[in-house]
Amino acid sequence: MTFDFDRLVVDDVSRNFGRRRALTRVSLTCHAGEIVGLLGPNGAGKSTLLAILSTLLAASSGEIHYGSATARAIGPALRARLGLLGHDLYLYPELTARENLEFFARLYGCPNVPAVVGDALGRAGLRDRADDLVSGFSRGMRQRLALERALLHGPRLLLLDEPFTGLDDASGQALVARLRDLRQDGRIVLVATHDLDLAEGLFDRVAVLREGRLLLVDNSSASLRERYREAVAAARR
Amino acid sequence: MKQFLRVAWIVMRKDLTVEVRSREILYTTVFFAASCVLVFAFALVREGRPMEDAAAGILWIAIAFAGTLALGRTFERERQTETLRALMLAPSDRPAIYVGKLLGILILLGVVELVLVPMVGLLFNAPFGASPLWLVVLLAAGTLGFASVGTLFAAMLVRARSRDVLLPVLLYPITIPIIIAGVRGTVALLQAVPDEPMARFWIALLVFFDAVFVTLALWTFEPLMTE
Repeated sequence: MTFDFDRLVVDDVSRNFGRRRALTRVSLTCHAGEIVGLLGPNGAGKSTLLAILSTLLAASSGEIHYGSATARAIGPALRARLGLLGHDLYLYPELTARENLEFFARLYGCPNVPAVVGDALGRAGLRDRADDLVSGFSRGMRQRLALERALLHGPRLLLLDEPFTGLDDASGQALVARLRDLRQDGRIVLVATHDLDLAEGLFDRVAVLREGRLLLVDNSSASLRERYREAVAAARR
Repeated sequence: MKQFLRVAWIVMRKDLTVEVRSREILYTTVFFAASCVLVFAFALVREGRPMEDAAAGILWIAIAFAGTLALGRTFERERQTETLRALMLAPSDRPAIYVGKLLGILILLGVVELVLVPMVGLLFNAPFGASPLWLVVLLAAGTLGFASVGTLFAAMLVRARSRDVLLPVLLYPITIPIIIAGVRGTVALLQAVPDEPMARFWIALLVFFDAVFVTLALWTFEPLMTE
């Protein structure tokens, strides 16, 4: 069964870990062709929200709608439309770059695996290192490879947790350009990041989280750093 | 079903590729199991004569200990790189991932048993060659039962802080019936005249345990793995 959606609705979602509340009644809507920035200090709940959106974590209360259906109603077909780049990169260091991508392409049932993997290696700038073990790669190279791993199956919803970590300036700019292409392509992209300089001008909207609460969702033209500071200051008042 | 088996096959092949490249788990488990058998041989064999029925017990103890070690290490690998999460994100039924991991563990334990059986046979003068077919069936049924529970628990505990302690604590009480059935079946096959009807009884019991444990594991894997 194939499934697609053009809207992501987070409706009053909370998540507790034992007594600790990681997310409190978060609501947010994202549309196809939009890049939404998730900002917030460490422990704000950004990664928890991404894990819930990716179906790895269940919400304690509230619902997520992918289009008009929930994850439970859609079943495994939903995961064919989700791509997640976590803080850990989900790569096997004992395998080569090509073997990693081939494994995930097969797992996702991609057609014509060699061509898909060849394209992905080219986009990651790793064609000449394709047959080297990932254990010998720098963090930046792994980060680029992991992004391509998350995109292999052409997901509608792309969830990126600190995607700029370990990237040099050129790779960071290339990632920004890639994300803009994905927006153009009608994907929904959520990016959790602390790198406000690289992300400046990238986001269509910004959602600021603090201590599990959503403080602000805006699309103003003020600088990212300014919007972030204002949201955090307003929450303190 | 085709998709389920395809995903299980892909996961198993990946696990074996990683293991063939590192040989970390194979060397550790074989070395550990062989050391275990050797120590027991020094304790339980006097002037070339082993204690009665010791070979069967030692064989299954070595399989259980080596199996626990292999289960822990296999999932530790996935934990270090958080790749278990990537597997859980695959658009297939999550129990297919379980089956793939289980098949990988079974092949690994099969290789360990290929070393262990002749070694125990040699050190304990045990006639393992008397009923080779029944011995293979018995070992396969016992290993499947042990590994099916072990794979589920190892996956479930992958994010627990004290997973190394918890795995044997949870695993051994549940798999004790399997180990006992394996030992009794092996004893029956190691008689001067192999007691095949008795061995078949224990094999049937093991197959029953296998059916129960594999069904329960397939049923509970998805809810247990969704945090």
